[in-house]
Amino acid sequence: MSEEILKIEHLYKRYDDIPVLEDISLTVKKGETVVIVGPSGCGKSTFLRCINGLEDIQDGHVYLEDALINPASGESVQNRQRIGMVFQSYDLFPHKTVLENVILAPMKVQKRKKEDATEEALALLDRVGLSARKDSYPRQLSGGQKQRVAIVRALMMHPEVLLFDEVTAALDPEMVREVLDVILDLARNNSTMLIVTHEMAFARAIADRVLFLDGGHIIEDTDPGQFFDSPGTDRAKKFLQTFEYESVR
Amino acid sequence: MGFEVLFKGTNMLRLLGGLGAAMKISLISIAISISLGIILGMLMSMKKPVINAISRIYLEIVRIMPQMVLLFIVFFGFTKAMGLNLSAETSSIIVFSFWGTAEMSDLVRSCLISIPPIQYESSAALGLSKLQTYVYVIIPQIGRRLIPLSINLITRMIKTTSLVMMIGIVEVLKVGQQIIEANRKSSPNAAFGVFATVFLLYFLVCWPISTFSRYLEKKWAN
Amino acid sequence: MDTSIISSYLPLFAEAFILTVKIGWIGIGLSLLLGITDAFILYFRIPILSGIVKAYVELFRNTPLLVQLFFLYYGLPAVGIRISAEVCGAIGLGLLGGSYMTESIRSGLEAVPAIQTESSFALGMNRIQAFVLVIVPQAFSISVPAIIANIIFLLKETSVFSAISLMDLMFTAKDLIGLYYNTTESLFLLVIFYILMLLPVSLAGSYIEKRARFKMFGD
Repeated sequence: MSEEILKIEHLYKRYDDIPVLEDISLTVKKGETVVIVGPSGCGKSTFLRCINGLEDIQDGHVYLEDALINPASGESVQNRQRIGMVFQSYDLFPHKTVLENVILAPMKVQKRKKEDATEEALALLDRVGLSARKDSYPRQLSGGQKQRVAIVRALMMHPEVLLFDEVTAALDPEMVREVLDVILDLARNNSTMLIVTHEMAFARAIADRVLFLDGGHIIEDTDPGQFFDSPGTDRAKKFLQTFEYESVR
Repeated sequence: MGFEVLFKGTNMLRLLGGLGAAMKISLISIAISISLGIILGMLMSMKKPVINAISRIYLEIVRIMPQMVLLFIVFFGFTKAMGLNLSAETSSIIVFSFWGTAEMSDLVRSCLISIPPIQYESSAALGLSKLQTYVYVIIPQIGRRLIPLSINLITRMIKTTSLVMMIGIVEVLKVGQQIIEANRKSSPNAAFGVFATVFLLYFLVCWPISTFSRYLEKKWAN
Repeated sequence: MDTSIISSYLPLFAEAFILTVKIGWIGIGLSLLLGITDAFILYFRIPILSGIVKAYVELFRNTPLLVQLFFLYYGLPAVGIRISAEVCGAIGLGLLGGSYMTESIRSGLEAVPAIQTESSFALGMNRIQAFVLVIVPQAFSISVPAIIANIIFLLKETSVFSAISLMDLMFTAKDLIGLYYNTTESLFLLVIFYILMLLPVSLAGSYIEKRARFKMFGD
């Protein structure tokens, strides 16, 4: 359980001249669930995108075990499929059915047989309660259903690390639960995950470790009980207070 | 290369005069098309079955009939069928306005129906009168969509006006041919220089207009 | 209208129709090839070629086909480049159409959100796989209405071929009106044959457009 899988060293990211992430270092162990929280614009989403090599970085390194992912090279494109990512806006392929969406990359990238990929896809779709919708097009699904398909699509590649970028932020409240339940299920199976979220109750329930990001720096890196009950910094305290309401009565 | 012929005597001026003749026809047709198109487009957006049926047929005719064919029908056909003796200029203005009005009305209609009903509702909820809603909310939004599209239509109408030479109007291509004929001996390859120049002249007229239209479209895209 | 005149003119018009349709569709084929190639050049921002493509698109979108044909057919021979009227018609239409197709296909490609490429990358696809499997199919459905509109536009533009003495429908009509003054019959046949050329495309276009839209959007 203590094997290191993801290693980020002194990562710097700027857009033009505006620094977004400054000197971020982080090590994630296999099976660990890391939740990243912080105010809007603190760089959480950018951080995930850098881990997956979707963003160029100005300095530092991202390693998946021994493979260098970012700064990108020809080899890192190969290794990138070992990291799965689910986006806020689901981004299913609108011209393909649910089943086609989830088997496309296994067939084309991993060159797996169609029957084999389909079999696994159906099992996974069943696990998230969507096997009956396999022939639907994305536009025929609700937001929550689309997001569950997007998770299955990422799982099909058997990623060693999963990144979730505010996956419930675009959903209606009653659909949030169905998506978070799927992620909780993954945590129970010891998947390695980095999760950016605004759902504090969920964060507390799922996290092995909480990172609090603000102004492009990791301000706190601690266990969830500690973070939510007695945050070490004023900035984290202030941030957590924005989720509370005072009674007006 | 045959460009030298343009610097002889008043040749360049004559060529520009030919372009002017074509532009005059375009401008008149554009003015008519835009005015009539706005009225028709507003009528079409009201969704009255009779207007809809008539305008659908009208738009479909314009959609599939080449302007050249329409030009022949009006110029040759009307003369014969109705005993009207229309000049080539009048015929072309009728045809280009007939075509331009259809295009313009379709633009106006699509802009009008693209305004979501919530815009009217939220204006009403703020207590704006119908007139105020149109003046402050609806028309500015329509304008931002319609103006770039209309400017684009203008360049299309200018280009289409080149067809008038086919019914005998002396415009820039025709003047070009005359210049080439007159200088056949002294500049045997005048055709290259003259037609390259005509090509360039049209480009110089249309390109700034279409660039402006694209600029507005970009500027006003939310 | 005299039906005997119509039936005696019919073969002449049919012949002209076949010629017009043939050159028209060859030109459309050329314009699609050119448009696809150019759109890819622009999408992948290939240096130098992108600049040439941009200049070409601006030049041909902002000039009338009639003027382009005059330049190709009457202008070029003066500097020693001679092409037959038929080839000239097809090339002229292809060049004009290519500039319109480039724009339509390029804007289709650019309309696919960048995150579609990113989520393909996140699934381990390389740039070519993402482009072929994810971007192109979506871009195609987005471009379809514009491509169909271009095809209709180009078929209508065939009506200027007579200016370079191609014996097309307009040429035949004008010839017969000039020779025999049977204006009504000639114009009637002219309209009928243009309807024959364009109505099927217009109807098929609406059908394909509806299907393409049904497959795509609707969120």
